[in-house]
Amino acid sequence: MDTMRERFISVTSRQLDEDPRLAVVLAEITMDGFLPAQRRHPDRVVNVGIREQLLIGVGGGLALTGLRPVVHTFASFLVERPFEQVKLDFGHQGTGGVLVSAGGSYDWPAGGFTHMAPGDVALLDTLDGWTVHVPGHPDEAEALLRHAYAAGDDKVYVRLSQQSNAAPRAVDGLRFTTVREGRAGVVVAVGPMLDNVLAATEGADLTVLYAPTVRPFDDAAVRRAVARSAPAVVLVEPYLAGTSAAAAGSALAHVPHRVRGLGVGRAELRRYGTMEEHLAAHGLDPAGLRERINAFLAPDAAH
Amino acid sequence: MTQATADTALRYEDLGRLIGLMTGAEKHGPAATSTLDVVWVLYDRVLRVTPNSADDPGRDRFLLSKGHGPMAYYAVLAAKGFFPVGWLPGFGSYGSPLGHHPDRTLIPGVEIGSGSLGHGLPLAVGSALGLRAQGLDDPAVWVLIGDAELDEGSNHEALAYAGSAGLERLHTVVIDNDSATHGWPGGIATRFEAAGWSAVTVDGRDHAALHAAFTAPHPGRPHVVVARVEKKQ
Repeated sequence: MDTMRERFISVTSRQLDEDPRLAVVLAEITMDGFLPAQRRHPDRVVNVGIREQLLIGVGGGLALTGLRPVVHTFASFLVERPFEQVKLDFGHQGTGGVLVSAGGSYDWPAGGFTHMAPGDVALLDTLDGWTVHVPGHPDEAEALLRHAYAAGDDKVYVRLSQQSNAAPRAVDGLRFTTVREGRAGVVVAVGPMLDNVLAATEGADLTVLYAPTVRPFDDAAVRRAVARSAPAVVLVEPYLAGTSAAAAGSALAHVPHRVRGLGVGRAELRRYGTMEEHLAAHGLDPAGLRERINAFLAPDAAH
Repeated sequence: MTQATADTALRYEDLGRLIGLMTGAEKHGPAATSTLDVVWVLYDRVLRVTPNSADDPGRDRFLLSKGHGPMAYYAVLAAKGFFPVGWLPGFGSYGSPLGHHPDRTLIPGVEIGSGSLGHGLPLAVGSALGLRAQGLDDPAVWVLIGDAELDEGSNHEALAYAGSAGLERLHTVVIDNDSATHGWPGGIATRFEAAGWSAVTVDGRDHAALHAAFTAPHPGRPHVVVARVEKKQ
């Protein structure tokens, strides 16, 4: 199986052949993969060099002329470094585009914190109107990328990761899906967190919702799930813990409820190593998730 | 959006009065605004864009990156009929589309919302690339920045790339009124020339010199016009 990033290259290269409105903007990263597409479409595969402010500005300029820009680099350089460009060169201009990141929160632990962006989705959350896709499998990445490219002038962020669930799920770019039903509470698993969540909640009387698209947040799905179970919701996200807590609280404003956000810790680990080691350190491996989900849903039993 | 109607043949001599409608200062003359002559000459004699072609894909684009102090820009747009002169007195008020920084979604003919420095040139580079990718080789893209705005690193990313890429349809005007704290030893034009641009430095109040600089041929290269105006007080 290829990685999500490899799928991004193949899907987007094919899509460039079919959709004259699409244009890819890169800042060196992933350029090698796009060389064949660049030979076919030299004007629609642009490499600006190691210039991330320009990367976003060029995407914004392409959108002003009516194209659909696909702007890609590692998440830290795509969202965090040129954040004001993301805010002004798309949203303030009233235009849109597709930002596609790689690297995520812990994909390259040996690379250290300079190449980790656990805050990217929280940061985008300060802006209005961004759709955020967090695919959990390369097949889902393909479907969600196609969805993003076809989404008119919408502002879309697609967060690709090395981490993947074993099997793909059906994704529609809109909704959460119910993977398991129970009565003691609801766990929302975002993208590549699903397999670990399913392992952590094996045998428990819990509803598990799968969220490959987190913005807009599927309020209706969470309300429906809570209507059939205890009003306690655990969010398990592969980025900063609690990123979707406000969205979940808003969805459940009509009912007394409890929300617990699990995800990547705020403190720098200052460790290298492997993705598995980082998942365990953040409590996002099955054992860490099980312990914290149980503690939240059955607080008395934990005493 | 209110339909813009052209006022009858307003001229350069009317711009001071139009600016006065925004500032409330009747004697607020052209000399008070560093961009006035550049913007006027562009809209009057160079840019191929009118209120009727403001949405035409084949129009020339003018991106005001230096969004601070847009009174001269608004006066010229009103004089050319992009929006009614009657909008000008509302400048900066809650009900007016004309803010102290322009918003492209509110004002006919305005290509970008600007004010935060260092966004216009990268957006102009993207616009030039986008037009070329659609086979629109004719429209020119113009962007206006200030000499202090050139301090922003994003502009240096853009000017280095544009020169290297040979973006022939890209044009920059730098209003140079010596407002950059640390200055540009050797002159601003040298920065662009070193990056492969065609560059001309002229008196930013001399309409004939501006027109000649704006229309100078620059095959295979982007073009910058450094318009020198009186030092910022």
